[in-house]
Amino acid sequence: MKLYDYVLSGNCYKIRLFMAFLDLDYEKVGVDFYPGREHKSDSFLAINPLGQLPVLEDNGVVIRDAQAILVYLANRHDPSGQWWPQADHAQFAQVVQWLAFADSITGTSSAARLHDMLGYDLDIVAARAGAHRLFRILDSHLSQQEFEGHHWIAGPSPTIADIACFPYTALAGDGGIDTFYYPAIQRWIHRLTRLPRYHNMPGINVFA
Amino acid sequence: MSPDDFTASHWYAIGRFADFPEGLSRPLRLLSQDIVAVRQGKDVKVTRADGRPCMVQARYGHVWTTLMDKPRALYDMPEFLEEGRRLVTAGAIGVLCSGLRAVENFLDMAHFPFVHTGILGIEEHPEVEKYDVSMDAERDEIWATKCCFFQPMAAATATGGQITEYKYRVPHPYSTILYKTCPIREGAWDLIGLFIQPTEEDACIAHSFVLVFDESNSDTSLLHFQQNIFLQDRMILENQVPRKLPIDPRWEMPTRADASSIAYRRWLKANGVVWGTAKLAEAA
Repeated sequence: MKLYDYVLSGNCYKIRLFMAFLDLDYEKVGVDFYPGREHKSDSFLAINPLGQLPVLEDNGVVIRDAQAILVYLANRHDPSGQWWPQADHAQFAQVVQWLAFADSITGTSSAARLHDMLGYDLDIVAARAGAHRLFRILDSHLSQQEFEGHHWIAGPSPTIADIACFPYTALAGDGGIDTFYYPAIQRWIHRLTRLPRYHNMPGINVFA
Repeated sequence: MSPDDFTASHWYAIGRFADFPEGLSRPLRLLSQDIVAVRQGKDVKVTRADGRPCMVQARYGHVWTTLMDKPRALYDMPEFLEEGRRLVTAGAIGVLCSGLRAVENFLDMAHFPFVHTGILGIEEHPEVEKYDVSMDAERDEIWATKCCFFQPMAAATATGGQITEYKYRVPHPYSTILYKTCPIREGAWDLIGLFIQPTEEDACIAHSFVLVFDESNSDTSLLHFQQNIFLQDRMILENQVPRKLPIDPRWEMPTRADASSIAYRRWLKANGVVWGTAKLAEAA
């Protein structure tokens, strides 16, 4: 497998992290996202016309979109079915719902990070407010899960919904978004960083 | 607060030439002032808010400007003329702290095992051996030499743990260059440097570069290595309190490992640097 990767991208990190959790070998192809904007170059647009990272290539199959790659990896490489549970229809729908939610986190929290860190010109007030709105929803959901005895987004064990939502929630501080006031999120981040084979990304506070 | 004379008298990097697309005006901040940079053919023109032009020069892979009419000369880095070196510029990264904090952090080896764990240090080898710090009076700059540190993966080219020898140079209040033993060429030094663009007293943009002898890594892998290290630092920098650099010796209790930091703070103080530093009264 070949992963088109950028070291500071939370969406690439979620694939690297999931590969580590599944103990998979793969080849990384580094892309100069910043400052080179290589993801908008003709040669990269031929790989992904959306000009976005990550992209996974496996046996001639090319998959773009971080959430789609998580689904693919879980289906193909997780015989236990833990990460992409399909037996329970309600839980299955929950996972899909939170995968879509992860995209909204990217649209807000990741945007704020690009603004603060890499100088992107965008509406930073709207990005931060949008992220806080989502984090309130996630925090309240996680705390409800805890009342039901569950420590993860969609049920008793971690799924790709947790992986999908994790990076840009844990990296929110990079964009000037303080997640200190979301205690259930803090506890969930703590639990996730203690999973076997977890490896960290700069910007995530593993001491929290 | 307007910058003190010493701070104001320098040249500052504001980006790489490629960061200024033809015809697009880019509003920037430098030393708490608004400036505008625009590319015109082979030149980048920089003007102040009132329309007065600033001097501009292109050096070390970056565009530099100054708010002074008679600035100090920009320091020399003769290594940029050496054959066989590769230059990788890592772009501009915003950090919410005084640029002086960013320089000081760059000089500090004691954080390697804890912040750059598994790359520039490991927790089993936290010792900072004694090193030398000297002032080059003629060029008015600081050198820390004979810095030795155990590193599991000192550079993108490194294949295993080694004792790496470092030299640090501070030729400018907002620039610092690390000279690191080159893993593939005996007697040569690889350079890694920071050119800080201080936007406010407590905020800055870090421009950085790698100038190395390296035949095995792509530019992109050198870039990823460098950016990963800097982002590990960024999180630490943004959590330092206060955001400005304390230079009053009564404020903190340094150890032997902080010799380069002590020299840097003394040098700033001796040159009358106030802008970007914290006053004791702000501690409360």
